[in-house]
Amino acid sequence: MIRIGIDVGGTNTDAVIMDGARVIAGVKSSTTADVMSGVVNALKAVLDASAMKAADIDVVMIGTTHFTNAVVQRRDLAPTAAVRLGLPATASLPPMVDWPEDLKAVIGNHVFMAHGGNEFDGRPISALDEDELRGIAAEIRARGIRSIAVTSVFSPVSGEAERRAGEIFAEAVPGAHVTLSSEIGRIGILERENAAIMNACLRDLSAHVIAAFRAAIAESGIAGRFYLTQNDGTLMDAAFAEKFPVLTFASGPTNSMRGAAFLSGVADAIVVDIGGTTSDVGSLYKGFPRQATMAVEVGGVRTNFRMPDVFSIGLGGGSHVVDEGGDVRIGPASVGYRLVTEALIFGGATLTTSDIVAAAGRAGFGDRSKVAHLAPEFLDRARKKMMAMLEDCVERSRLSPEPLPVIVVGGGSILVDGPIGSLQVIKPDHFAVANAVGAAIAQVSGEVDRVYSLSGASRDEALSDARRRATEAAIAAGAAADTIEIVDVEDVPLSYLPGNATRIRVKAVGELDVR
Amino acid sequence: MSAEKGYVLTEADLLPLSIGAALLGTGGGGNPYYGMLRLRELMRNGAAIRILPLDALPDDAMVGTVGSIGAPVIGIEKPPEGRETYRAMRAVEEACGVKMAGLIAAEIGGANAMSPMIAAVHAGLPVIDGDGMGRAFPEVQMSTFSIYGGREGLAAMADDKGNVVVVRKAVSGRWMERFLRSVVVDMGAGAGAAGAPMPMSFLREAAIPATVTQAIEIGRTVLEARAGRRNVIERVVDKTRGKLFFTGKIVDVRRELKGGFVRGEAVVSGIDACSGSEARIAIQNENLVLWIDGQAKITVPDLIMNLELDTGEPITTEMLRYGQRVAVIGMPAHRLLKTPKALEVVGPAAFGYPELTFEPLGAER
Repeated sequence: MIRIGIDVGGTNTDAVIMDGARVIAGVKSSTTADVMSGVVNALKAVLDASAMKAADIDVVMIGTTHFTNAVVQRRDLAPTAAVRLGLPATASLPPMVDWPEDLKAVIGNHVFMAHGGNEFDGRPISALDEDELRGIAAEIRARGIRSIAVTSVFSPVSGEAERRAGEIFAEAVPGAHVTLSSEIGRIGILERENAAIMNACLRDLSAHVIAAFRAAIAESGIAGRFYLTQNDGTLMDAAFAEKFPVLTFASGPTNSMRGAAFLSGVADAIVVDIGGTTSDVGSLYKGFPRQATMAVEVGGVRTNFRMPDVFSIGLGGGSHVVDEGGDVRIGPASVGYRLVTEALIFGGATLTTSDIVAAAGRAGFGDRSKVAHLAPEFLDRARKKMMAMLEDCVERSRLSPEPLPVIVVGGGSILVDGPIGSLQVIKPDHFAVANAVGAAIAQVSGEVDRVYSLSGASRDEALSDARRRATEAAIAAGAAADTIEIVDVEDVPLSYLPGNATRIRVKAVGELDVR
Repeated sequence: MSAEKGYVLTEADLLPLSIGAALLGTGGGGNPYYGMLRLRELMRNGAAIRILPLDALPDDAMVGTVGSIGAPVIGIEKPPEGRETYRAMRAVEEACGVKMAGLIAAEIGGANAMSPMIAAVHAGLPVIDGDGMGRAFPEVQMSTFSIYGGREGLAAMADDKGNVVVVRKAVSGRWMERFLRSVVVDMGAGAGAAGAPMPMSFLREAAIPATVTQAIEIGRTVLEARAGRRNVIERVVDKTRGKLFFTGKIVDVRRELKGGFVRGEAVVSGIDACSGSEARIAIQNENLVLWIDGQAKITVPDLIMNLELDTGEPITTEMLRYGQRVAVIGMPAHRLLKTPKALEVVGPAAFGYPELTFEPLGAER
């Protein structure tokens, strides 16, 4: 299978071509404002570099920050109706109660609450009132809104109320696209609802962006299918991505960590991705990034997405270096992409981390004579300081006492010299385009998050039911059944409930089925 | 009510209150985030909440407790209708034929710090600055109100649908706990509850004083230290008159479910000044015992608070996981929790550690 992986970042669009597990070529080019031409350029550059033909490409995988940036920058968002099912419960906290006012203003404060929803054990809170929902639909139509998010209490346990409400809205509001919260998030109603609303307000944009990707691929002469990567490092096909743009949030760091695992052949490790301004550190478990356990904010909105637990520090290839006598101060200020004009080794006037590395003869770029005046004693202190900063954040990301290796990727990887603390360092080939590699190798997943009552069933029975459901979800998402593996099982007993209720979360992943 | 006493809560007090309440929750008590949002909504719609010191109301004024009970997961998936605790409170008034003059928290630690404030908005009553624990405990009979005999065995529970159940008479706190627990499951594992009113003359003796204000001040300390990039842990230690016992990284968390409670243990490997030492923290819903290198250093009812080392964010027992860097702060419990009578109910033996003797931390507050 010949595949292309593309990572569309804010500044760079990186692309790689892979033949099976082998990287044939990797390129970096600039991201463009119109999305499409940047992708066309990257595709052309990587095809040229690999000397392969467009017709040879089976599949294209794209990771993009476009939708995250749209929410963060409050642009291209559609007016959206947020409908909650659960009355009389939940009335004390209406939808969007914790949103920043500016974002609420951009998508309009179109909030509706209706009857329906379930208790933790599946009993209805109140009967779904179809007339009430048709009344809300008429109001939505009258306001000229076409993006609708529906959230029902305990829908991850029982999704029927959301499904029926969705049908009613689809029928009554012509051209509407409806997002159901149970298709996106897990238990935790405000966070799940927030994700559903953000998804709904991105639907117009996603139609546009996915069409641009499709056109770029067609223009390059590639006939293969294309996919987008999700925040958990797995794939969704273009049609699914168009419906669930919110699932692309945070796919950037995920892709670079997955790429690092793949390029190094190590599945359990700490990954350090060093860019121009920051280093992002996270940990890999069975080849996937460890996810954050606390609520993650996107554009000021709390969500409970499956986000990698990444810790960032202000240390990159362009970080300022200041000698303060005893101590050396490094970052967080950085010359960023102006490194090639502002660093000493390029004739500039700012002492950067790259200058320190170049003075030791380890950079492989720039004019080393321009940093010959730096005292060896100072260089030694600066180098030790950089390594101490990295050691500190690697230590924070360690999730077990085992001596895991550290995989270093990203354009700023030259900063790393020798082991980090007591941990072995791996710098794989193609480290600069690890994010595009991560997109290219993405797999397909299925996840389940349910509350089980263990009074009727044993814990083992509940776990195997959850495993079965996760596996089915992975196959439905396009995984080849014989490659599916359960990669994560979490089982949290719920206090205060007799009957031993427990919340079980299981994730299954498999290779993309291309047959 | 004398108008010059106490103060009116502002929106700016809510975030500090939620942080302080979470810290005093000593790992339990539930997440106050949703409660904070509810209060903010009510305030933005014009509600004013007056906090009164313990000496404000006359001796014969009757003050009741309210709170939410149930599993924390219900709180994050099915937020209340809003008037559950208010309906429970009215049912108690009706059952005992007494009008309440104010409300007080049974538990300042965690989500229930906000419950009386929310019910007070609906009832138009003031909230008394104090509570029955000065922290969080898992069971209703573990409050000073029960320990010192101020409560009659009367309580009411209300759900989001309008159902109200009154327990007219429970012969002990344990019986009450049992009844409330079985009703709460039928109500969807979450409900509003109200207890029997108590005269102010009793509360002045039996309530832990000024804990609402204390929670707000602790929260402010955390926020100010963060904003000024100061050492959050040091500031919290100062403010709580506590002591930093241990800093380290969590290397193991074990949990099991026993009788409806999560029991477990977190193992912390020392860093910085504690390098080479190992701490263990017994957790039920709350942090119960701290051992350092095998020696018990803090036990209930003294407070054991786990803070995220860099941000000072309180870590609940449900959030504990491998790799977290924590500061363990000990804070002396109020003297009302340390009498022989109180220790029978909230001492180490009551939580299943009969082999441990309660050795109070110094500097009583």
